[in-house]
Amino acid sequence: MSALDGIRVIEIASEKIAMAGKLLGDMGADVILIEPTSGDPSRSFPPFVDDEPGDNRSLHFMHYNTSKRSVVLDLDSTNGQSVFCNLIKTADVLIESEPITRLADLSLDYADLVKIQPNLIHVAVTPYGRNEPSSDLPATDLTLMAAGGPPWSCGYDDHSLPPVRGWGNQGFQTGCHYAFMSILTALLHRNISGIGQFIDVSITAALNVTTEAASYSWLVNQSTVQRQTGRHAQIVMTAESQVLCADGRYVNTGVPPRFPAEFQKLITWMTETGLAEDFPEAVFLEMGAAWDGPFDLSRIGEDETITAIFMAGREALLLIAASVSAYEFFTGCQRAGLSVGVIYSPEEAFEDEHFKERGFPVEVDHDDLGRTLTYPGAPYNLPLNPWSISRRAPHLGEHTEEIMASLRDLS
Amino acid sequence: MTGALSHFRICDFTGQLAGAGATKWLAAFGANVIRIEDPVKQGRWDILRGTGPFIDDRRGIDMGGAFNNHNTNKKGITLNLRTSKGKEILTELIKISDAVTENFAEGVLNKWGFGYESLKAIKPDIVYVSNCGFGHKGPYSSFKTWGPIVQAVSGLTFSSALPGQPPAGWGYSYMDHTGGYYMAMAIMLALLERDKSGEGQWVDLACTEAGLSLNGPALLDWTVNNRPMRQPDGFSSNRSQYSLMAPHGMYPCSGDDEWIAIACRDDNDWQVLASFINEVWCGDYSSLENRLDRQDELDESIENWTKQKEKFDLQDRLRQLSIPVAAVQKPGERIDHDPTTGNFALWPTVTHSEMGDVRVDGLPVHFSETDWEMTAGGPCLSEHTEEVLVELLGMTSGEVVKLREEGVI
Repeated sequence: MSALDGIRVIEIASEKIAMAGKLLGDMGADVILIEPTSGDPSRSFPPFVDDEPGDNRSLHFMHYNTSKRSVVLDLDSTNGQSVFCNLIKTADVLIESEPITRLADLSLDYADLVKIQPNLIHVAVTPYGRNEPSSDLPATDLTLMAAGGPPWSCGYDDHSLPPVRGWGNQGFQTGCHYAFMSILTALLHRNISGIGQFIDVSITAALNVTTEAASYSWLVNQSTVQRQTGRHAQIVMTAESQVLCADGRYVNTGVPPRFPAEFQKLITWMTETGLAEDFPEAVFLEMGAAWDGPFDLSRIGEDETITAIFMAGREALLLIAASVSAYEFFTGCQRAGLSVGVIYSPEEAFEDEHFKERGFPVEVDHDDLGRTLTYPGAPYNLPLNPWSISRRAPHLGEHTEEIMASLRDLS
Repeated sequence: MTGALSHFRICDFTGQLAGAGATKWLAAFGANVIRIEDPVKQGRWDILRGTGPFIDDRRGIDMGGAFNNHNTNKKGITLNLRTSKGKEILTELIKISDAVTENFAEGVLNKWGFGYESLKAIKPDIVYVSNCGFGHKGPYSSFKTWGPIVQAVSGLTFSSALPGQPPAGWGYSYMDHTGGYYMAMAIMLALLERDKSGEGQWVDLACTEAGLSLNGPALLDWTVNNRPMRQPDGFSSNRSQYSLMAPHGMYPCSGDDEWIAIACRDDNDWQVLASFINEVWCGDYSSLENRLDRQDELDESIENWTKQKEKFDLQDRLRQLSIPVAAVQKPGERIDHDPTTGNFALWPTVTHSEMGDVRVDGLPVHFSETDWEMTAGGPCLSEHTEEVLVELLGMTSGEVVKLREEGVI
């Protein structure tokens, strides 16, 4: 049985909130996507199946709209509004990202809807919050990210290069994570109280509190972090942690060894690969292996021995990295107990045996294409309530008739 | 306070941000989150306990600014789980808890004798959520991670980059934040199931899988079209991806390290921007196809135009023209000068028992009926041990003193 079985969600289609609807749908909610006659614009976003544009071929739309049904409704028409109200009467959750006064102008805002569905949970996800006129300014993921803070912390040591925004609408997705958490919270509360509520989610506020040290360094003592290549933005510039391996791929070296067992495993590994002979600082690794207890990292730079041992560990990692592939470095270091990571491209991660064995890739039947496609799978595994893509993304209005019929049966 | 989640008690072993962030959300909505720490190691498993930023010159396990930020409104107790009495007390606490949460390396809780089977024997409907980098099953389950390692392995570091450069990655633990969000979702989904069926369960959350799921369309482009994101010439993640736009980037402004993000969604946006720039070169780019094909050249012309301009002034002007634009805001600008964050009450002041009043990250949501509250800072080590043992477990103050003498708490 699904965790959200029996929960009906009405989603007014928007690129900004599609991920929230997917999170709900893939956990079993009955998500009804309301689209205008022309369809949601993201239906025409690339990439396309076999690189051929056309109806129902957008992989972007297909990903973000799994486990949903589609109804075409013109919310500007009286008939559309009346159908919308009938749908709301059957719904638990409304999620939307409309201009801030649009629903009120149509008499379809929370104050109106709560009269026909008293325990409704209405979630509005907007760029700056429902009460903020700037929410109606045109915005894209890029501009919201810039305003919300993440790019300030992301980029390179060379500050003549611009700050970097990560790929793939992470700003919208962060807003959606908060929307979904809010809905789950409100459902748990409704279970004991019977009441619903209106929830105002701000995408830029979500980004503002998803920047780790950038925000709290300012809040605590008004210091400003500086972006650095492939590692945490900090007040001061730190040592590089991203290095190139023998196969031309990068790894993140994490925290250098600081426990005796880690030094010992490093020595063993370097001896096995013949690297120890070419490493003049090997004696410091031996000292590290014989050290009593972990290092006090705060004494690096002050205590000569600790500094020499710590630096030798770091140098050893760089030497190893230059001699093996990124994947060998990752698995070798991890087996020595060191927390390092291979910098995979998304597709390389997807093909990794670990995720395959855990069942991350899933097959979804596309009756419309006459084939199954492989999708990214469960972000979490609830044994009693398996995550699942219950259906491929809907065609435009594919379920209009069936949903209208179900509403007629009710009346 | 009576909040949306005040009817839940969480027996919480989480720390850092990937775990603590999850229970921060629950505590802000009123859940009784009891954080359990090791008195022998003075709670140092959570490296943020004693690390900066610091409010003043004081240092120590109770003075960590990040720890305070991530642990608002939680109770903190110490329990030595090496002792049988410590285990007994934990058992009693689990009996009156709804969920047990942790983000240790794989197998740690089990080693202490509190794996899922034991938890279930103590409290049959317990919800147990573990959050570790690679999960508790699979070839890499013993591998250790922290945020940047999760980001590296799940493809997110790679997908943040400029062409001809190494990955830029994320200048913070995006997947500690987001891993915490997924952990909070998992806890609440399992509590919803328990509301319905009365059954608990163990959710094995692998942070790397949550990370992988954040590049969905790129993964479909791979599985369906065999198109890898790893390309010989690299890519700029600042450029548009799915909804194609140009110009679309971060451009320099006057001053030191000042930038502005500008996006033209369509030909109309571009025509409006081009008339505003009003330079000869603008005429060369009338179609989207043309702008996408010659985007390097276009970006260079725009850079030359923006670099003499002050970012907030340019932001205001382009906003009036209805072009998507935003200054790249520095922390102080978005926290203290951007009125939208203040209007949203995003930075509440909490009271920490040692540090005093400190501003922290609030939550980016508001509920009309049961909104969140943050009033108390992160707990000092063992700050609520006596309160919890006396008020929840019915011990006497004398018993608590004895436990302290015996090194149990």
